[in-house]
Amino acid sequence: MTQLILYNLFNGLIIGAFYALMALGLSLILNLSGVINFAHGGFLAIGGYLAYTLMPHIGFWGALALAPVLTAALGLMVERILIRRLYGRDPLYSLLLTFGLAFMFEDGTRYLWGPATVPFAIPDWLSTPLSSDFFFLTGYRMFMVVLAFVAVLALFLLLNRTRLGIRIRAGTLDLETVSVLGVNVRILRNLNFGLGIYLAGLAGVLAAGMLGLQPTIGSALIMPSFVAIIIGGLGSLPGTLMGGLLIGAASGVVTVFFPSASEAVIYVMMGLVLLVRPRGLLGEEGRF
Amino acid sequence: MTRLPKHSTSMVVWLLLLTLPFWMSAIGGYTALGSRVVVLALAAMSLNFLLGFTGVLSFGHAAYFGLGVYGVGLTLKYLLPNTLVGIAVGVLAGTIAAAVVGALIVRLRGVYFAMVTIAFGQVFYFIAYRWNTVTGGDDGLSGWRRVPIELGVTRLDILGNDKAFYYLVLFCFAGAVTAMAGLLASPFGRTLLAIRENERRARFLGIPVDQHIWLSWVTSCMFVSLAGALYALLNNFADPHDLRWDQSGDFVIMAVLGGMRAFWGPLIGAAIFVVLQDYVSSQTENWMSFIGLFFILVVLFFPRGVLGILRRKSAS
Repeated sequence: MTQLILYNLFNGLIIGAFYALMALGLSLILNLSGVINFAHGGFLAIGGYLAYTLMPHIGFWGALALAPVLTAALGLMVERILIRRLYGRDPLYSLLLTFGLAFMFEDGTRYLWGPATVPFAIPDWLSTPLSSDFFFLTGYRMFMVVLAFVAVLALFLLLNRTRLGIRIRAGTLDLETVSVLGVNVRILRNLNFGLGIYLAGLAGVLAAGMLGLQPTIGSALIMPSFVAIIIGGLGSLPGTLMGGLLIGAASGVVTVFFPSASEAVIYVMMGLVLLVRPRGLLGEEGRF
Repeated sequence: MTRLPKHSTSMVVWLLLLTLPFWMSAIGGYTALGSRVVVLALAAMSLNFLLGFTGVLSFGHAAYFGLGVYGVGLTLKYLLPNTLVGIAVGVLAGTIAAAVVGALIVRLRGVYFAMVTIAFGQVFYFIAYRWNTVTGGDDGLSGWRRVPIELGVTRLDILGNDKAFYYLVLFCFAGAVTAMAGLLASPFGRTLLAIRENERRARFLGIPVDQHIWLSWVTSCMFVSLAGALYALLNNFADPHDLRWDQSGDFVIMAVLGGMRAFWGPLIGAAIFVVLQDYVSSQTENWMSFIGLFFILVVLFFPRGVLGILRRKSAS
């Protein structure tokens, strides 16, 4: 029983890491540009499928390195052509536009790669269990945990230590002042969007190896990411990270006792947080 | 300045709707398609009560629509074969859920409000999706159908006669729409417009803004669950996708496409959207791409909607 709980807790934490990676990207874009990117799940799926297509040619590691970058490039393009026009307008319009994009991405991946789950091969040495007692501790799972951790660490270093990151953070507080100080806000928002999409692409490659790759993989992950942001608190990236891990773990543990409620539990948690603390766990007062 | 329905426009709309079953087939449609337009128009107009006239963006109305759907389906299947009772249960379920959720989210604003409404909408989707034994899960709830209504002296055969069902739908639509128009013309409705235009000023004037938004939300959700109830009767089927987030997006695009600042806007938007969807999905398997592209084009080129553009033209 303990083992079962541990297994599901661990599983939940990994899923939570996906939620967190995705929600961090969503948060970056939302904080700086005020856009809820509904198409984030679509970008995630594209990241996974690109890796799937690239893998026979450049191997797993090459695909893992390249696919998120290509996804991010697509994101930069989409921002330039479409999203940029909607800054400063009613959030209604960016919601609708990214909503349409999400439809097109899901249908597009279905058209290009087919509706069925495609096999996503991970290196053999990664898929063997590390211990016979804890059969669920496969190398790939440990690897995902480590990689997600590194990605999050790199993100926070980028935001706190580099000029770009500091500008992004300054922009979330007061974009106008940042612009007056001579920063090109158009480029800043573009790069920020690309950074968010990169995280989605990375999560896509990792999730493909664990959950199996199908066109709806993105829409299955995006709603919990919203919940992660709301629980963690809008405007707070550490909050988003915490929210993602928290709901992942909670839904993992609930799976043991009451499998059919594993999805609903995170929404109950969100309701509780909104009831007790409407700004979210680490959210700033009065920001939204 | 928001224009409430002028008599001439309203006369034309009502005349067209009343005679719809008689000209629908002449232009290549069928009566059930007309019923679909009217039902979804009711949903979009209900959403617009909140979106266009209170200025609050909900992206989760499908949940309350879907509660209406399942309220009818479950009542007719398990409880008792009475269409009117089914509708009442559906509307009640949607309204109560909206009242509870509304109390949690009424203090949030803008993009945050939209996000929370989306997320909360998913709870009901997962309940319908996961509770197989009762709701039929992903396959939906079938094995029931609408029941003819006994009116004492006569019997309204809404099951066998498409036209009779259309007029039942239109009757409900008329009641709901008249009620919404009345509310918007009342001091309450004017207060909602004031909140939309300048919430801070409304607050300084002593208007209890949160209460008004909550009332507007519950009203809007009540009518949308009525639309859901009628939708279930139309299909004789309850589909879990009726309460998923994509359905919410459809309602919003209908309102925007027709014009959210015009009372009849969502009706026009719903008509265009339903006919387009009906046509595209009969032509290609990749209809999702076309609908997605349609969303993008509307946002980029018709953000004011059909009626918004017409009105601007007539003003200049």
